Amino acid sequence: MTDTQTLSGRKPGGALARWFSMLWADKFAFFAALFLLLALLCALFGPLLLEAVATKQNLRGRNAPPFDLARGWIYILGADALGRPLLARIVVAAQNTMLVAGAAVLASSLVGGTLGLVAGYSRRSASQWIMRLGDVIMSFPSLLLAVIVLYMLEPSVANIVLVLAVTRIPIYLRTTRAEVLEVRERMFVQAATVMGASHRRIVFRHILPVILPTLVTIATLDFAFVMLAESSLSFLGIGIQAPEITWGLMVSQGRPYLTNAWWLSFWPGLAIILTTLSLNLLSNWMRIALDPTQRWRLEMGGRRNG
Amino acid sequence: MKFSLGRSGMKSFIGKRAIASGVSLVGLVVLVFFLSRLTGDPTDLYLPLDASVEMREQFRQMHGFNDPLIVQFGRYVADLVQLDFGHSLRQARPAMEVVLEAFSWTFRLAVITMSCVTVAAIVIGSLAAFRVGGIFDRIATFFSLIGASAPDFWLAIVAIVIFAVNLHWLPTSGTGTALHWILPVSVLFIRPFGLILQVVRGSMINVLSSAYVKTARAKGVRTPRIIFVHGLRNAMLPVITVIGDQAAAILNGAVVVETVFGFPGIGKLMIDSILLRDFAVVLAVIMVSALAIFLMNLLIDLAYALLDPRIRY
Amino acid sequence: MAEHLLEVRGLSVEFHTAAGTVNAVQDVSWHLDRGETLAILGESGSGKSVSASAIMNLIDMPPGRITAGAILFNGRDMLAMDAEERRAINGAKIAMIFQDPLAHLNPVYAVGWQICEMMTTHGTPGAEARRRALDLLERVGIPQPEAAMRKYPFQFSGGQRQRLMIAMALACKPDILIADEPTTALDVTVQAQVLELLKALQQETGMGLLLITHDLGVVAEIADRVVVMNGGSIVETGKAAAVYRNPQHPYTRKLIDAAPGKGAMPEGRERRGEPLVKAVGLHKHYGLFHALKGIDLAIMPGETVAVVGESGSGKSTLARAMLRLDDPDGGEILYRGRDLLAMTPRELFGLRRDLQMVFQDPTQSLNPRMTVFQLISEAWVIHPDILPKARWREKVAELLVKVGLKPDMAGRYPHQFSGGQRQRIAIARALAMEPKLIVCDEAVSALDVSIQAQVIALLDGLRREFGLSYLFIAHDLPVVRDFADRVIVMKAGEIVEEGPVRQIFDAPQHPYTRALLAASLDPDPDIQAARRAARNLEEGRVTA
Repeated sequence: MTDTQTLSGRKPGGALARWFSMLWADKFAFFAALFLLLALLCALFGPLLLEAVATKQNLRGRNAPPFDLARGWIYILGADALGRPLLARIVVAAQNTMLVAGAAVLASSLVGGTLGLVAGYSRRSASQWIMRLGDVIMSFPSLLLAVIVLYMLEPSVANIVLVLAVTRIPIYLRTTRAEVLEVRERMFVQAATVMGASHRRIVFRHILPVILPTLVTIATLDFAFVMLAESSLSFLGIGIQAPEITWGLMVSQGRPYLTNAWWLSFWPGLAIILTTLSLNLLSNWMRIALDPTQRWRLEMGGRRNG
Repeated sequence: MKFSLGRSGMKSFIGKRAIASGVSLVGLVVLVFFLSRLTGDPTDLYLPLDASVEMREQFRQMHGFNDPLIVQFGRYVADLVQLDFGHSLRQARPAMEVVLEAFSWTFRLAVITMSCVTVAAIVIGSLAAFRVGGIFDRIATFFSLIGASAPDFWLAIVAIVIFAVNLHWLPTSGTGTALHWILPVSVLFIRPFGLILQVVRGSMINVLSSAYVKTARAKGVRTPRIIFVHGLRNAMLPVITVIGDQAAAILNGAVVVETVFGFPGIGKLMIDSILLRDFAVVLAVIMVSALAIFLMNLLIDLAYALLDPRIRY
Repeated sequence: MAEHLLEVRGLSVEFHTAAGTVNAVQDVSWHLDRGETLAILGESGSGKSVSASAIMNLIDMPPGRITAGAILFNGRDMLAMDAEERRAINGAKIAMIFQDPLAHLNPVYAVGWQICEMMTTHGTPGAEARRRALDLLERVGIPQPEAAMRKYPFQFSGGQRQRLMIAMALACKPDILIADEPTTALDVTVQAQVLELLKALQQETGMGLLLITHDLGVVAEIADRVVVMNGGSIVETGKAAAVYRNPQHPYTRKLIDAAPGKGAMPEGRERRGEPLVKAVGLHKHYGLFHALKGIDLAIMPGETVAVVGESGSGKSTLARAMLRLDDPDGGEILYRGRDLLAMTPRELFGLRRDLQMVFQDPTQSLNPRMTVFQLISEAWVIHPDILPKARWREKVAELLVKVGLKPDMAGRYPHQFSGGQRQRIAIARALAMEPKLIVCDEAVSALDVSIQAQVIALLDGLRREFGLSYLFIAHDLPVVRDFADRVIVMKAGEIVEEGPVRQIFDAPQHPYTRALLAASLDPDPDIQAARRAARNLEEGRVTA
C-alpha cells in the first residue's frame, strides 16, 4: 500500500520547549515577549518595592533632568513636578495600566465572545437583537460613557475597566459571530451533526477550539488598543484620577511643563509605545504560531522565507 | 450580496440599510438623552458661584430643567420633528449651527488625512508585499508597527515640543493658515497609516500568491503591472473596510488631537459639550456623525461594487 | 541528434518545506516536438507539474531551487536567459492553461480585457487585439462573442471558462501549449468537448501540446507519447499505446491495474422484502432553484446503490437530505417504515447511529484539532450505550486495523496523514457507530486513482463483513461499475434512469446515460481510438 507512509511525526520534547523555539525563531517576537514579561514583573512587584519612593516628594528635585546620576540611579529618567523619581513612578504605574487593560480585555472578550457564539450559532431572532445591541454600543460615544460613569459612580480603577470593557464588546461580538458563521458550515461540524452530537458539544468541542486562536490574537492586539484608550481618557481627565496613576495620566500631568521639562511626558509615553509595539509584534507572531498550516515557518528554525 | 438586481435592487438595499441605521440611531438618541441627564444639572456650571437661589431657579425654568425628564424628552422630540435641534447652552446659538460649523472643520481634516494615508499605505504596502522578508518589507513593517502602536496624544505633544517650541517652524494651535494643518494632519496620519499598511501588505501577499497572478506571470505580464493592475484591485477589498473604519474614527471626532492642537472640530466640541452638559449639542453631534458615517458606509459599499463585479446589491 | 522544439535535460528541483528539503523532481529529461502531444502522467506528489512550472518561470525561489539541468527551447537554454527574455517567451511562445479556470482567471476584469492583455503585453496594438479576441472566442465556441467580451469569469460555466483560458493561451499563436490537468474539474461530457477542442486547435496550428494529467483516460484520448512519473522521477516513457499494452515498470502496471471500470460487474441481487431506507417524492428548493424534483429510491439491506450525475444534478443534495443535514421541502424518507422527516430531534438522535456518512474531502471532514483516537471515540461519547469506556482503546485499535491503518496511529492528528489514510480514518469513524447504512458523498473523488481502488475495495470488504448498505454518490460512472448493485442516473434534479448495474452499463436506455458512458474515457488508447473513429463517422453522417 502506498498510502500508509505517514508524514514525519512530532519531534520529541515538551510543548513548552517547542513554543520557546518557535518564539526564538522570530527575534522581534522574542524581544517583544521579553519586554512584556518585564512589564508584567513591574506590574506585579513594582508597587510593593517602589511605592514609597515613587510617592515621596522632593521639592529640591523638581523637574530634575534625566541622565543625571547625582541623585542616585532611581532618578536616571529625571523627576516630576513634585520631585518624584520618574523611573519609580513608571514602574509603579505599570500595575494600574496593565490591570485596567487586562481586566477590560478579559471582560469584553468573555462577554463579546459568548454573545458572538450565540449570535453566530442560533438562527433565531436573538442573533438579530444581539447584533443591533452591538451597533448601539459601537456608536455610543465612549467619552460620554466615561463621563456618565465618572459622575454616577466613584472614580475608581474598576469603573474605568467597566467603561473600556463595554466599548470593546462589539469587536469580539462581530469577530466571533463571523468566525462561527464560517466554521459551522465546515464539513467536520456536519460530520458531528450526522453522529448526533448535541448543540453544546458542537459549539464547545468543534467550533470554539477552531476560533479560539483568532480570538487570542485579537485580544492581544486589543490589549494594546485598550491601553491607548485608557491613556487617552486619563489624558483628557475623564479616566483614572490622581492619586491613582497610569502611564497615560503621567503624560497628561507632564503636559503643562512641556516647554521646560519634556521628559515628564516623554518617558511614560515611550513606555506605552514599547508595550503596544511588543503586543503588536507578539500578535503577528501568534497569527503564524497558532495556525497549524503556517506554523512550519517558525519550526524551520528562524529562516524567514516567504 | 451575490444577486444582481439592478437599480431597484440598489434602492431597496439603501432603504434597508437606512432603516437598520435609523433604528440604531433612535435607540442611541433615546439612550443618550436619558443617560446624559444622569451626569447632573448644568445650572451650577453656567451661573457664577454666588448666584442666588432665584437666579438658579430662573435658569432652570428657562431651559426646562424643572420638568420631569419624560416631559423634557417629549418637548425635544416635538422640536426635532420640526428640525429644531435645540439651543447650545454654552454658545447661545442653535445647536445644529454650532455642530455643522465644527463638522466642516473635522470633515476637511478627515479628507486630507485619509487621502494622504491611503496613497502612502497602498504604495508602500504593495511594494513591501512583493518581496516578503526583503529589506524594504522589514523596514516598512517595523515602522508601520511603531506607527500603529504610538498613542496620538503623546505624538501630538512630542511634535509640539520639537516643531513648535524648539524649532519654531510650525504654530502650536489654531486653523489660520495651511501651516496650522501640518501638525494635526501628520499626527493623525501615523496610526491609520500603520494599520492600513499592514492590511494592504497582508492582503497583497495573499493576492500575489493567487492562481490568477500565476496566470498573469504565465502570460508574460510585467511585474509592476502584475502588482498594480492584477493584484491591487483584488487586494483593495479588505483595505477599503479598514480605510472606512479609520475615516469613521476621525469623523467621530479625533478628540485628543483636536484638543491638543486647539482645532475647532467635532471632537473638541463633543468633549467640551459633555463636560459642560450642553446636551442639545451632544445629541446634535451624535446625529450628524451618524449621518456622516451612514453616508460613508454607502460610499464604501459603492466602492466594493465598483472594484468587484461579483458584488451587486 | 535533431533539435527538439522543447527539451528538458536532467532537471532537478528542490523545495524547502516544513519536513526539510524535498527533491520535487530529480534528473528529469523529456522532449516535445512540433505538432506532438506529450502527456506527463503521475499521481499527486509525483512532481508531474514541476518541470512545467520551471519552463514558465513560475517556481518561487525561495522556497524552490533549480539545482541542476537545462531547458532548451529551440536549442537555447531558458535557465540561462535573463528575466526579461523569459517574460517575453511566456504567453508569446509558450502558453499555459490550468486545472481550475475560475481561480486562474482574474475575477475583477472582463474576459475580453484579459484576452486582449495577452496580446498587448506582447506588442499587438489594441484594436487588432480586440478583433483577434473576438475571433478566438468564436473559434473556441463561446456563444455571442461580442457580449462575452464584456462579461466576467464568474458569469460563465466551468467548461466555458476553460474555453476562455484556451482562447487566451492561443492568442499569440504560441509554439507550445502546456495544459496542467485542464479537464480534471470538469464534468465528463464537458471534458470530452474540451479535449476535442484542444486536439482540433493543435491540428490547425501545429503547436506542441504538453499535457499534465493523473488520468489514464485522458492520456489514451489525446497523447502521442507519455512520460510516467512517480516520486519526482520518470519511471517510464514511450508511445502511449505501447506503454498501456506493455508497461515495463511495476508502478505503471499498478497504475493501469487501478483504473476503475475493468473488473467483473456484481450480479444484480434479488430485491425482496422490506427496504432498509426508502425515499418517496423528495423535493428540495434553494430559493428559486429546484434541486430535487420528486426523487424516489429504495435501498435494501446489504445493497449498494450508486447515484451518478454531473454537477448540478442534485446528487449531493439528495445525500444530505437522506441524513437530514438539509431538510427536504416535500416527500418522506422511511427508515424501516418510520418517516425520518416526521421525527422529533430525540427520536432522530436514536437513529443517527444507524445512518452514517463519509464525506468527499477528509481534510475538511475531520476536525483538525482532534487526535485519531478522539475522532473515532467521539461516537461513543455521543452514544454512550454503544461501548463502555474501558473498551474504547481496544476498539479504536481494532477499527484502525480493520481500515488498514496501524493501532499506534491513534495518537496522531489528521494533518499527519495522507489523503487516502484520512479517508480511512473517516470510514473508521463511521464504523464506530455500528451503522446499517453509510452514505458516501463523492467519498473517493478527491483521491488518487490507485488509492481510490484501495478505498473502494475496503468499502466492499466491510459491506460483506458487516452486511452494510451504501448510498454511493459519484460523478463518474466507471468508479461505480465494479462496486454498485444498482445505479441511479440523475440529471437536473430528476432520476433519468435506474436499474441493476449490468443493465445500466450494458444496455443503457436513456440518451443521457448513453452520453455519460460515451464521454467517460477508457484507459485503453485503442478503445479510445475506436470510439473516436465511431464518433467521427457519426458526425460525418450528420453533416452529410
